[in-house]
Amino acid sequence: MTVYFLCAVLLTMGLYCLVAKKNIVKKVIGVCIMDYAVNLYLIIIGYKKGGIAPIVEPGMSAETLEKFVDPLPQALVLTSIVIGLGVLALMVSMCIRLYERHGTFDMSQISKLRG
Amino acid sequence: MNNVVPLFVALPLGAAFIIPLLGHWWKKSGEVFATAVSAVLAVMAILQIGAPAVVHHMGGWAPPVGIAVVSDGLSVLLLIAINVVGFLCVLFSLRYMTAYTGLPKYYGLFMLMVAGMNGVVVSGDLFNLFVFLEIASIASYALVAFGVDADELEAGFKYLILGSVASVMILFAVGTLYAVTGSLNMADVAREIATKFGGGRPNPAVLLAAGFFLMGFGLKAALVPFHAWLPDAHPSAPAPISAMLSGVVIKSLGIYAICRVFFNVFAVASGGPSAVIIANGMIAFAILSIVIGGLLAVGQWDLKRLLAYSSIGQIGYVMLGIGVGARVLATGGVRSVAALAILGGLFHLINHAAFKSLLFLSSGAIQHSTGTRNMKVLGGIKERMPVTGMTTNLAALSIAGVPPFSGFWSKLIILVAVVKAGHPAIAGIAIAMAFVTLVYYIKLQREVIFGEARGPVMDAREAPALMTVPLVILAVVCVGFGLLYPVIGDRILEPARDVLLNGAEYVKLVLG
Repeated sequence: MTVYFLCAVLLTMGLYCLVAKKNIVKKVIGVCIMDYAVNLYLIIIGYKKGGIAPIVEPGMSAETLEKFVDPLPQALVLTSIVIGLGVLALMVSMCIRLYERHGTFDMSQISKLRG
Repeated sequence: MNNVVPLFVALPLGAAFIIPLLGHWWKKSGEVFATAVSAVLAVMAILQIGAPAVVHHMGGWAPPVGIAVVSDGLSVLLLIAINVVGFLCVLFSLRYMTAYTGLPKYYGLFMLMVAGMNGVVVSGDLFNLFVFLEIASIASYALVAFGVDADELEAGFKYLILGSVASVMILFAVGTLYAVTGSLNMADVAREIATKFGGGRPNPAVLLAAGFFLMGFGLKAALVPFHAWLPDAHPSAPAPISAMLSGVVIKSLGIYAICRVFFNVFAVASGGPSAVIIANGMIAFAILSIVIGGLLAVGQWDLKRLLAYSSIGQIGYVMLGIGVGARVLATGGVRSVAALAILGGLFHLINHAAFKSLLFLSSGAIQHSTGTRNMKVLGGIKERMPVTGMTTNLAALSIAGVPPFSGFWSKLIILVAVVKAGHPAIAGIAIAMAFVTLVYYIKLQREVIFGEARGPVMDAREAPALMTVPLVILAVVCVGFGLLYPVIGDRILEPARDVLLNGAEYVKLVLG
């Protein structure tokens, strides 16, 4: 249970960083922390103490089969990490462009649109 | 027909790969491939009308082990909206986008966005839905910032940050559902939820997942209070992209996903766990969106910003119809009332796709010819640009709810259903806000379409034929939806409504 709680704390920290920080690079870091918190959450769901890789070979006993970890959350996390990479690349490139336009990373100075 | 459905994803995805690849040597690759592929997709989508629901097993693996591609009434409704509006936006782009550079990238991203949305709509798997949602979102973040000016970048960055938060929430919800049900196939998850947690007290984990789904998809649909990105992002994008974003992206990524997840997976309709709480949440967001979106639209002087705020309000109407339908079903009310409410919501969804994309494309044509979208300096468009003026006028009348145009009927159906469901106060708010809608579209008419041609409009000429043809087609659709309701209702809307009304049928359809 503690791990889930810590995972939620990580998620909240990411959200706090996103909301409270004015520097857009720090906002990007906040999004990344949130992303990692969810990836960690998926990993915890599929975690099994003393688990082994789920590769079936001939002659395996029922006990060994019991020890297999659930491969699905790991596959999800791999996909999610790749998606996160794409989003991060886009975010960072936008930060660079914004810096070129405004000469600053401060969102309160960049912001002109009223929402 | 069974094998056609995956092509809705495969074709645009292939085009999105080929266009930028060839774009190095062949500058026109984007125009050629995007037009061809989107035309084929639009025809394929229209041919799907009336087709029976199909489940395609990818790679021959039957669900719940394999990935299923499902096309039922609700998917077909959205496929038609996405691909027809997509095709018309590509046509409009051919001339409009010549002012920009890097066109192969533009068309590549456009195709990627279409592929993502089609994927969301036909996916039968929660995680696939998330992946396609991300594909469509990433493409649209890049397209919003396509102009790379200060405003575009800022709007794109805001959209990107809030969109990422939404994605995180959706993934969290998907993970939670996987943890409690051990499956990702929507039908299988629905069956597990129904057998494990059906009846009795709501399960906290399922409720948590539902809350995160509602927040995540609500952010993508720009429901108030998650709307902050939309009024910046939609006006900043190039006009065809604004039309896509307001016309179909917020619907397929937001409203469709909410419908599918809550009606088919959480089985709100058959009084599944915590159904009333979810339905109340939907109605609350809907009313907030209608009121706040409508009131903020009145004060806008930027043509596209006004349209963007109006999108928030109109999405609220769609959500209100669906939410009231869900609540009636969840509390065991009269089924015919719920059917009416859901039908009204879906009708308003497809109407809004038609007239809001028409309005955004018209605003693009106006900006193209006059160089401005400031309503204070525009005026008399009707004199100088008769075709654009006429189509804008039709769309404005339609969205404001003037009979006999389509917007009037869909709002009327929603309001009648809300009253019948026993919420006269909510109906009162919705009627009052319908008048506010009328007010800001009369403002648009007065300031932009009618009046004397002045300032930049004096030298304006009618937009080129490639831009006016999509406008005229969409205007015909707007009028047609209003007058030919019996045809559309039977063929497109009622199958879609039945999917939501009989939410549990989905399990039988997919798992056999």
